[in-house]
Amino acid sequence: MSEALGLYNYWIVIFLMMTGLYLVISTGNLVRKVVGLNIFQASVLLLYVTMGRVDGATAPIFVEGRETYTDPLPSVLMLTAIVVGVATTAVALALTVRINEAYGTIEEDEINEQEHAQELAG
Amino acid sequence: MSEHLAVLPVLLPLLAAPICFLLRNRIAAMGTAIAVCWVTFVAGVVLLRTVVTTGAPAIYELGGWSADVGIVYHVDTLAAFVVVLVSSLGAVVLTFAPQSIAKEIPKEKHHFFAALYLLSMAGLLGIAVTGDLFNVFVFLEISSLSTYALISLGQDRRALTATFRYLILGTVGATFILIGTGLMYQMTGTLNMAEMAAHIRETEGVRTVLVAIAFLTAGIGLKMALFPLHAWLPNAYCYAPSSVTAFVAATSTKVSVYVLIRWIYTIFGTQGPGSMSGVVVDLVLPAMAISGMFIASTVAIFQTNVKRLLAFSSVAQIGYMALGVSLVSESGLTAGIAHLFNHALTKGGLFLAMGCIAYRIGSVQLADMRGLGRRMPVTMFLWVLGGLGLIGVPCTAGFVSKWYLVRAALEQDALYLAVIILLSSLLAVIYVWRVIETAYFQEPPEGKDEVTEAPLSLLIPTAVLIGASIYFGLFTEWSADVAGLAARELLGVVR
Repeated sequence: MSEALGLYNYWIVIFLMMTGLYLVISTGNLVRKVVGLNIFQASVLLLYVTMGRVDGATAPIFVEGRETYTDPLPSVLMLTAIVVGVATTAVALALTVRINEAYGTIEEDEINEQEHAQELAG
Repeated sequence: MSEHLAVLPVLLPLLAAPICFLLRNRIAAMGTAIAVCWVTFVAGVVLLRTVVTTGAPAIYELGGWSADVGIVYHVDTLAAFVVVLVSSLGAVVLTFAPQSIAKEIPKEKHHFFAALYLLSMAGLLGIAVTGDLFNVFVFLEISSLSTYALISLGQDRRALTATFRYLILGTVGATFILIGTGLMYQMTGTLNMAEMAAHIRETEGVRTVLVAIAFLTAGIGLKMALFPLHAWLPNAYCYAPSSVTAFVAATSTKVSVYVLIRWIYTIFGTQGPGSMSGVVVDLVLPAMAISGMFIASTVAIFQTNVKRLLAFSSVAQIGYMALGVSLVSESGLTAGIAHLFNHALTKGGLFLAMGCIAYRIGSVQLADMRGLGRRMPVTMFLWVLGGLGLIGVPCTAGFVSKWYLVRAALEQDALYLAVIILLSSLLAVIYVWRVIETAYFQEPPEGKDEVTEAPLSLLIPTAVLIGASIYFGLFTEWSADVAGLAARELLGVVR
């Protein structure tokens, strides 16, 4: 039991991951989908930073009297992942703007209706 | 020069992309991009020759940092083969592009097109050569983000919603891959694939590794459009500009299959103690591959839009590659790898032929293609040759890889697999025949303007790809034989 609680960071990761994924799947609003995607990606940031942590360790800077350091690599990787996430969000929001211009809505069911009509018209 | 050969295919398009963007001139940007693509292709061919003749992988340490601290490019036969695949297809399709996009994309956006195309190609080439698992994720996102932008350049507004769907599913897939990568780092303490493979033996049966395999397989399954994770593909291929469809269809899903092969065979291993990809190759891949071969082919038969028909056929063809990979034998893997290349040529050529048709009649609907066989004889003849390649008729490249696949199935006494492969090829006969029947045996629609043959600048690239797919069906030295070599390397067979 205490072991399960001690891993509470991972519980948060799983909670955030599922929240984000659920939002992406369930909502029909394109902006909300992007928000869900962001939460989903943020959970991975936490996962990586958590796995780099070592109990009782300091930041990986050489200091007198300290011998254990946290693993800096996962944190550094996440800087890259944040950049990728920002780029993805930017592209997604730009697309949403274009979709709004083309369809006059960002609700998925209304878009589907219009597309269906377009399909029937040829 | 030669010691930097392994990094050149990535570096050239990556550096040329911002240059094309800054040039701002339509002709200069496209000219630079085409020149860079062909130089990249030459570098790729030299790289493949070097790797095959020396028999040792080309290793390049970026910035001089060794594998335990830095990123290392590790180019074995398979990686070099994929580099040649991507750069050759990229160069031919981009040569086709200027004339084709003149009708489909506003002129002031052409330099964006050139820059995005080069970025996408750099990402795909980077995935092929890198030996670092996190680097795969980064290159995957470079190529994916630029591909999203390229697809959204399509004329129809449905290109936008198709791109949005692709973006959502693609990002979910990439994030799955990122999670899998993290779990693997947690277990092995390294991101270098070769070192990871060495350490993975110590973690036999650890659940974290199994979870990592699940995340990695699901993530790359989304990226390679393995049935039933293909939902993004049909509309994205259908509404993208013609040259983008040809490039993406020919390269991006193939590179994802390459990544899957790399993970299963290089990292997780398939034989001996500690190999944990068993459930993937024994159960998941064959099940998804076979259902994809049948269901996607059947859906393709009922399409009225020929580009979408070809898109569903692509999903089915991914099934053949996945099936070959899952057989874990020399001929099975050879079939999978050879089919990467052969199908890239065939499908690239077919989508270029669709580009010619869209250029002349402004539509890719089957109904508008009635009687086209007499009015655009060369284009339709090339289309028919490509269609025969899809079916796997002897003397086409598609036959060579299917032959290996059937042989691999028979080697394992899996007669039912051989029957399944032949039956699903019959479905391909039906959808290819529908197009041929419409184009050759139906009267052209009344009251439409007279249509002439496509211009030579479009026909020549199309003919090059279709011609190559016939050539590699007759002479297999540089396709199936190299694929066999790569397969033996992956399986650890001494040559």
